[in-house]
Amino acid sequence: MSFLPFAVAAWVLVVGLYGIVTSRHLVHLIICLSVVQSSTYVLLLAIGYKSGGSAPVFADQPPSPRAVDPIVQALTLTDVVVGTTVTALLLAVAVQLNKRHGSLDPDDLHPLRG
Amino acid sequence: MSASTRRTVFLIAGAGLLALLLYSYAGLPDFGHYRGPYGDILNRVSIPERQATAVVSAVNFDYRAIDTLGEEFILLAAVVGVATLLRRLGGEHEEEPDDETTGRHVPSASVATGVAGLGVVGPTVLIGLYVVVHGHQTPGGGFQGGVILATALLLVYLADHYSTLRRVGPMWLNELAEGLGGAGLTLIGISGLVFGGAFFENVLPLGSMGKLLSAGTIPLASCAVGLAVSGGFALMVSEFLQQTLVVRSDKGSQQK
Amino acid sequence: MNALPALAVAVPLLAAAGLVAASTVAGRRFTDVWSGAAAVVVTALGVALLLKARDGTVLHWFGGWRPHRGIALGVDFAVDPFSAGLAVFIGFLFVVAFAFSWRYFTVVGPLFHTLMLVFLAAAVGFSLTGDLFNLFVFFELLSVTSYALTAYDLQEEGPLQGTLNFAVTNSIGGFFVLTGIALLYARTGALNMAQIGQTLAGHAADSLVVGAFTLIVVGFLVKAAIVPFHFWLADAYAVAPTPVCLLLSAAMSELGLFALARVYWTVFSGALDGADEALRAILVGAGVITALLGAVMCFVQRHLKRMLAFATISHAGLFLCGIAMLDPVGLGGTAIYVVADGSVKAALFVCVGILGHRFASVDEHTLHGRGRDLPISGTLMALGGLALASLPPFGPFLGKALIEGSAKAHGYGWLAAVFVLASAITGGAVLRAAGRIYRGWGVRDDHGPDPYSVVGDEADLELDASRDVVPRTMTIPAVVLMIAGLGVGLVPGLPDRVQAAAMRFADRPGYVATVLGGRPSGPLPAAAAKGPEALDWLFGSLSIAGAIALAALALTHGRIRAALAPRLERRASAALTSLRALHSGRVGDYVTWLVVGAVTLGGLFAVTIG
Repeated sequence: MSFLPFAVAAWVLVVGLYGIVTSRHLVHLIICLSVVQSSTYVLLLAIGYKSGGSAPVFADQPPSPRAVDPIVQALTLTDVVVGTTVTALLLAVAVQLNKRHGSLDPDDLHPLRG
Repeated sequence: MSASTRRTVFLIAGAGLLALLLYSYAGLPDFGHYRGPYGDILNRVSIPERQATAVVSAVNFDYRAIDTLGEEFILLAAVVGVATLLRRLGGEHEEEPDDETTGRHVPSASVATGVAGLGVVGPTVLIGLYVVVHGHQTPGGGFQGGVILATALLLVYLADHYSTLRRVGPMWLNELAEGLGGAGLTLIGISGLVFGGAFFENVLPLGSMGKLLSAGTIPLASCAVGLAVSGGFALMVSEFLQQTLVVRSDKGSQQK
Repeated sequence: MNALPALAVAVPLLAAAGLVAASTVAGRRFTDVWSGAAAVVVTALGVALLLKARDGTVLHWFGGWRPHRGIALGVDFAVDPFSAGLAVFIGFLFVVAFAFSWRYFTVVGPLFHTLMLVFLAAAVGFSLTGDLFNLFVFFELLSVTSYALTAYDLQEEGPLQGTLNFAVTNSIGGFFVLTGIALLYARTGALNMAQIGQTLAGHAADSLVVGAFTLIVVGFLVKAAIVPFHFWLADAYAVAPTPVCLLLSAAMSELGLFALARVYWTVFSGALDGADEALRAILVGAGVITALLGAVMCFVQRHLKRMLAFATISHAGLFLCGIAMLDPVGLGGTAIYVVADGSVKAALFVCVGILGHRFASVDEHTLHGRGRDLPISGTLMALGGLALASLPPFGPFLGKALIEGSAKAHGYGWLAAVFVLASAITGGAVLRAAGRIYRGWGVRDDHGPDPYSVVGDEADLELDASRDVVPRTMTIPAVVLMIAGLGVGLVPGLPDRVQAAAMRFADRPGYVATVLGGRPSGPLPAAAAKGPEALDWLFGSLSIAGAIALAALALTHGRIRAALAPRLERRASAALTSLRALHSGRVGDYVTWLVVGAVTLGGLFAVTIG
């Protein structure tokens, strides 16, 4: 049971990649990319967890050795920003592609090949 | 590769990837038994050293502030990238979204939505500001509060017209906020260099824990980041709305 | 504490933020001057750092957080001559790129320059950092700015699709790197590279270390465009605006390989000690496949930028072979080769940019004979082709000779044949293009537009209106780059100094003592690099002869396959068609190959190292 969070992280990564590979709609593909990224959140936060631990905020309680790891939370925060920004950029690309090409099927988009 | 070939190849490769991941995750310490020293040390010393009770913010704005600087500029680059990608090109022009001859009719919000939305804008801004400014004491900080502030602007659009959004949050204001926030954080870093000897050294008085003006440069950094994030997200939302509602091709009115 | 490393990153970031804040009022000339000045300042800071680093690794602990009993609390920049040299090279490339963009675009707000400045800051930070997560942050900053820059020419569909393929594959690579970092953090409780390396060194590599190594290596190999992670590069470099192309080709791919070397030497070399032979074999295998596949694909391209993109891929494979030797000699040779080859490729991209600016096309057949009144560009492209084929005694030749020397010492003497083949084919492709465009040689091909790509003719770029004269701001950068690339091989004593720098780079215990223990590292050790020998001159001449022969064959026969016997030609055509079909332009295919490659590498590592 204690392996479950890590197994979930691995599964989410692979499922997200499956979504990207078999996608027929660009927006779906971009969301699958953020699914792949959320597997890193799960992994990071699961790594820093302590059983019975409390949040690393000591405004209302004294500092405790049972507080969970704040580093992975900071890393996840950075990770979220990175993911959001890439999603935004790709959605802007999708908007323009729809305008020029009229279709959002990734398999239809291949002016560059060979 | 055809779609079915691709799926077959991926199913095999994906199974292999899953096996590889599980094989390496097997070496992880058990869930709930984090034992690394880094987090524990920071939990212990963050109050004595920096008078900051929210350790995650202390990590973000002091111990690992250079990561936050990079992260903020990722946001800046993405916002600039979105603005670049959605810019008006030659062969396009802008029209007001409620011009009925274009065939794209933008319905205006109902009165109920308008009142409810506009009523919530004020409290949202207040909460956003609270979260930004108290980043060093309670969970929150520049990023979280900045997003809340940007949401307040989006509420204006949802509750009222696009033109109101442009009046309340013009592009130049968002760009200014974004740039000032980014420059602000960099300048905080440089001031650490000038007055302390190291980039991002905490050179302001640390005060005492629990007070608003404590933890030195951490609340300042939090505000700079909040400014940049709110400006950045507001800019992104405005760019998307402008591209979909306002920018039209010159090729005549029978588009789409 | 030395402020230079921090300033090298802070200056371009501040300049970029300033441009964004003032974007409504910043005029074109102001933007050009402002960005150019920032790039010059960064290059000067890099040079100062390089000079300082020769006396000992320059350390900067951000926030003033020095390590506490061997545990790093903050983030550091640890600058040794290798990193500083890379920063100088990148700064130099940016100065040239800004000079080139001076007349390249007409209407452009400050957005382009903002993105370029942030790109510069990210590349410099990436080279100087000593913290693994900080490396990831700068990696992502590099990636995001390059996605935005690649999509800049919006009039065509190609840039959008190229950006999509670029962004999806590189983001996945980035997530793999982050997963690897998370695994290492769980094991060691540290993010500082020296500390992780120290903690891992005491124990044998188990499944977690192997998995983390695989994931991190795959992420960086995606950036470096090694087969089978390379598909995105040809799409992206073919459609990015020329100033961006020259940066991507000369700097970004090399940064992926630099990160690979840095992470291997600092973090994993202790734990993977004893697996050298196996690791060498695996990485050399990947490098050889990349070099040959890239070379073949390069030769069959009509689209000039795509041809240069595949040349980049092919040479990235050769760089990987150099790094795969896993010793300072090979590393030093690779560094010289990277700088020389990168400058030459950048110069070639500038020449292609000049052609695109003048004739609104970068298709080799459309441009047949039209470059007759561009003598400087023609000479430069021909020189570039010869340099890619490692013209002795210039820069690329020197780098290659050093790598081949190291390879022979480890029993990989046959690598010389791969180097000759790859250089001859890529150089031959460029020579053929130069002959066809600037001298009108070769059978005129009336097959119409390129069946493989609809984006060879760049209509409607936001380019400067006056196209009849090639501006000096375009030819001078190309000349400067070519001189730099060729001249690297002529600097006396350079191989010795680079090898000494490589020895310091590969010295993990020394790095740990300096970063965590505060012990100053002292000046560089003395080193005597073995210069090129007679055999290397023979190989160099062989690749030159091969390149000229291939170019001549291609020009006289329209395509080389026509020179073969019919049965061979049929087989070759079939093989080539399947190879080209693999590069389908579809992002789903690319991601599938990425996963296949990751699993293959992971399996190989697990079996040989775990």
